[in-house]
Amino acid sequence: MTTYTDPPKESFRLSMLLYDTRYRSMTIQIVALMGFMLLAAWLISNTIQNLAALGKPIEFGFFTEAAGYDINQTLIEYDNQDSHLRASFIGLLNTLVVAVLGCVTATIVGVLIGVLRLSKNWLVARIMTVYVEMFRNVPLLLWILLAMAILIESLPQPSAFRGEDPAATMKIFDSVAITNRGVYVPEPLFSRSLGEIHLFGQSSFRMDVSVDLIAIILVLGLSIFAVRKVTARAERIQNATGLRPTTWYINLGLIVVPLALLLAALGFHFGYPALKGFNFQGGTHLRNSLIALWLALSLYTAAFVAEIVRGGILAISHGQTEAASALGLRPQRIMRLVVLPQALRVIIPPLISQYLNLTKNSSLAIAVGYMDITGTLGGITMNQTGRELECVLLLMLVYLIISLIISAVMNWYNNRVKLVER
Amino acid sequence: MSEHQFVRKEMLPEQAPPASEVGVIGWMRANLFSGWFNSILTILSLLFIYYILSGIFPWTFQSVWNAGSLSECREIAQATWGESHGHACWAVIKDRWLQLLYGFYPPYPYAPDATVGNPPADAWLPSYFRPNLALVLLFVALAPVLFGHVSRKLLIVSAAYPFLMPWLMWGGSIWVPLSAAFGFIILFGVLKYGPSVMGSLVSVIVAVLAALAWWLVLSGYVTPILADIMPIALPEVQSREFGGFMLAVLLGVVAIGLSLPIGVVLALGRQSDLLIVKSLCVGFIETIRGVPLITLLFVASVLLNYFLPPGTDFDIIVRVMIMVTIFASAYNAEVVRGGLAALPKGQYEGADSLGLNYWQAQRLIIMPQALKIAIPGIVSTFIGVFKDTTLVSIIGLLDPIGLSQGIRSNAEWNGIYWELFAFIAVLFFIFCFGMSRYSMWLERKLQTGHR
Repeated sequence: MTTYTDPPKESFRLSMLLYDTRYRSMTIQIVALMGFMLLAAWLISNTIQNLAALGKPIEFGFFTEAAGYDINQTLIEYDNQDSHLRASFIGLLNTLVVAVLGCVTATIVGVLIGVLRLSKNWLVARIMTVYVEMFRNVPLLLWILLAMAILIESLPQPSAFRGEDPAATMKIFDSVAITNRGVYVPEPLFSRSLGEIHLFGQSSFRMDVSVDLIAIILVLGLSIFAVRKVTARAERIQNATGLRPTTWYINLGLIVVPLALLLAALGFHFGYPALKGFNFQGGTHLRNSLIALWLALSLYTAAFVAEIVRGGILAISHGQTEAASALGLRPQRIMRLVVLPQALRVIIPPLISQYLNLTKNSSLAIAVGYMDITGTLGGITMNQTGRELECVLLLMLVYLIISLIISAVMNWYNNRVKLVER
Repeated sequence: MSEHQFVRKEMLPEQAPPASEVGVIGWMRANLFSGWFNSILTILSLLFIYYILSGIFPWTFQSVWNAGSLSECREIAQATWGESHGHACWAVIKDRWLQLLYGFYPPYPYAPDATVGNPPADAWLPSYFRPNLALVLLFVALAPVLFGHVSRKLLIVSAAYPFLMPWLMWGGSIWVPLSAAFGFIILFGVLKYGPSVMGSLVSVIVAVLAALAWWLVLSGYVTPILADIMPIALPEVQSREFGGFMLAVLLGVVAIGLSLPIGVVLALGRQSDLLIVKSLCVGFIETIRGVPLITLLFVASVLLNYFLPPGTDFDIIVRVMIMVTIFASAYNAEVVRGGLAALPKGQYEGADSLGLNYWQAQRLIIMPQALKIAIPGIVSTFIGVFKDTTLVSIIGLLDPIGLSQGIRSNAEWNGIYWELFAFIAVLFFIFCFGMSRYSMWLERKLQTGHR
């Protein structure tokens, strides 16, 4: 008969909280939590005391007051009698505009440079190395200011376009005017427009969405859906018979014809910019501040993207390429079917953090006067209302939410392309 | 068998490879002109390089070095070269380089009106030697860390540097940094020799209390007495007079120096099993990484005084240092966490099986390897922080970019852009490029051939 005895029951001593590993982690955590709460309480009580001394209790009522300042580049209509909340919302949209534009351009330029840096051509590879080192080792703020200075100082004035023998001419079939007050590009107009939908009534978030745009997106979506159906059918036929039917003209027609019909029905035409008085009228006016910021952000981030792309492609072992060509795949298909899908897995996580960096760096807009959320909420609104605490905390919260959304979306995508591991 | 069979009996002598396959021509054929596409690319690249250099070289080298204003520069350029192309006006750099490097750091703090060109009668060296010496000593202090093969005795400089550098930069009595250092000596002394006399827990408490008592109470009495007996002091310089590239380097060095240890602690907290500690660390790191540095600088410039007890008012440069350090810590924490995560689990288990406790295992096994993996990331964080110090110009500090805007708003130099930007860009490039090359060298040196 076996007997086993419990270990002698120790009575709990206070010193065990520190010397016994069973309790020590608990002690550390409770001490850490208490320390954190004490710190937070200390900061909050200080803030309350300081605000009380200044007579500025925390409140957000100022958001409904009229902003009283103009924003020169807006996506949706705004005038200076709108509320501070609407001004901040316009700023948020401006941040998103420059972030999206920047991410797209940075990706394109970055991928191009990253691939060219791996070129067998010695000279091309060296030029790209110089580009990458040049942009990575000089502060972004300097690039933004430099881009702004180049736009303002070295481009022709609108008046240079006037006269019989003008010093400057419009580019691309007389449709784009590049001046030192910004770039004027043709704007799409619809002579038989379907009108606009007014969203969110009279609130600060109201916006007018063009029905034409919705219709175009809808038709394009349907076309793409049809194209995918055709491709899937081609795929099925190839699997069954080994012969792939030619589909490119069907696909092209599916995309182009419905869109062209729709545009014709809507009476689509361009509104060209034209010199009237001292300035260009008509067309869409992209201000220097937006272009400088966009250019500098995308070129700067492209240098980092290029390094990521290069690293990703180098990370794919040469055996993969060799095996693919042993299977008889052509170089183009090797790239598309073997190398890129694997390289993407290495590339995407650091690419996400570059997109996040670009979005956060777009806050440097304040240096060139582009009215993004930092320029509105953290700039003029803060200075006019004197509500530093509310404005700065809200600003941080907005950026935090944007960052979290971007990383959530990109992580979802990353999980989709990730190699399924055991 | 045929009669006309031919069998070579002797070896042919080796021939030199064809001229088109070796030497310069061979290299060019292989690397520049392999195929028509590459040839076109090469020619296009050459044209591009020629286009860029033909713009930059004449501008840079056919330039004006001696002038008092931009208009004078333009007149001289017009007189010398005629209406040809742009000419750099480096005179602005010659005129303002001290300001771009040191901001408004007074050359002779005891004689406010004196300048470098017009020193006071009893002048010794302009006080610019102080930041310069601080920079030189920084490299001496870092030498044992940066390069393994220097004398270990230099570690004394490394230990003294955190006290020496503020004294050199801000000036004042030498007894202030010495008494701050003495507090640490008390702390470490009690920690080292205490446990043999009292328990280890008691000695920790005694050490902290004794050091706090020294810093907060006793040094307040002792330091002025010592300063009276032996008045060794440098003339004081106010923080608001700091600026230029010196400010960028100072902010960078402080943020980098403080953020690495904080980042390591945060990374350990994030990797630990303690749920509350972990969530506190995750919350801190993600919050800081989710917002742009500029909002943290807004916090430094307008909010930090709200968060501190009423009446506290320390200057903007220290506030900015705090916020930049916090910012850099969060990024370093993520980099170090990457290093910790990349370490094979066997290393942790091996350390445990040797019977090491948590801190011993971290110090002897985990951290040396994790930090080695994390070196490229740490250095690129450092480079990022150093570049980001330029953002302080947005909240009104006079770093090189802030100063360049100030210089441009002067009547003489109104409208000058490229020369100032080029000067600042080159300064930053040298520092950042140097750091990145150093990290590559370090990576190779620490490579122990595991992978």
